[in-house]
Amino acid sequence: MAYTLISSQTLASSAASVTFSSIPSTYKDLVLRVSARSDSAGTFTYHKITFNGSASGYSQTYIYGNGSTAGTGLTSANTEIDGYYIPRAGATASTFSSDEYYIPSYLVAQNKPLSANIIRENNTTAADIYAYAGLYSNTSTISSIAFVPNAGNYVTGSSFYLYGIN
Amino acid sequence: MTDTPIAVEVNCETGEVTERPLTAEEITAQQEAAAEAAVRQAEAEATAQAEADAKLSAQAKLAALGLTTEEIAALSK
Repeated sequence: MAYTLISSQTLASSAASVTFSSIPSTYKDLVLRVSARSDSAGTFTYHKITFNGSASGYSQTYIYGNGSTAGTGLTSANTEIDGYYIPRAGATASTFSSDEYYIPSYLVAQNKPLSANIIRENNTTAADIYAYAGLYSNTSTISSIAFVPNAGNYVTGSSFYLYGIN
Repeated sequence: MTDTPIAVEVNCETGEVTERPLTAEEITAQQEAAAEAAVRQAEAEATAQAEADAKLSAQAKLAALGLTTEEIAALSK
């Protein structure tokens, strides 16, 4: 398995969204590594992740834990994949999320599964981890991926890396 | 200096990075999403708190029945 960096973006100023477009059709799988924080009030929010500009056909099952509580969740027929959680203004200063998304067979004409591991770092003894099984029910090739914080804007220093896997 | 949120798009083929201000419609959608997020977060927190409260209540009732802390912990696994 070889990772090839397709593109990256580290924000030099805040942004309401980050989109990778014209993703090349030369890899087998895709991997996204994201470290993000929102400038909105509160302690945490989440990414809204969409493919090809589509706002339908997303579902996800997830488990979570933070050392004291744990649980599961299911979202179906959603307008996006919800990436829980990223810190925001009320969280410990200068802490960012740590996310990885794996999208296998993004060129194959079948529904697109994905997996994700997201850690909401808070620089304390407790941090949240979420593990996902997601599905984008669409057979089209994935050519663009968009990240939008559900509240506020991504702060300066938030970083987004897209890798191709062969 | 403008406070208008910026959308960033990275063209993976050319490497070109485009930054543009959100349209009025996009800003409205962003604000609506934030309001919806606040409601969902409050609901999630309420659900988590209710579950935690129920767990503590159940543990207290088990303790009242004579179970030890270790026995209660074993039931929780």
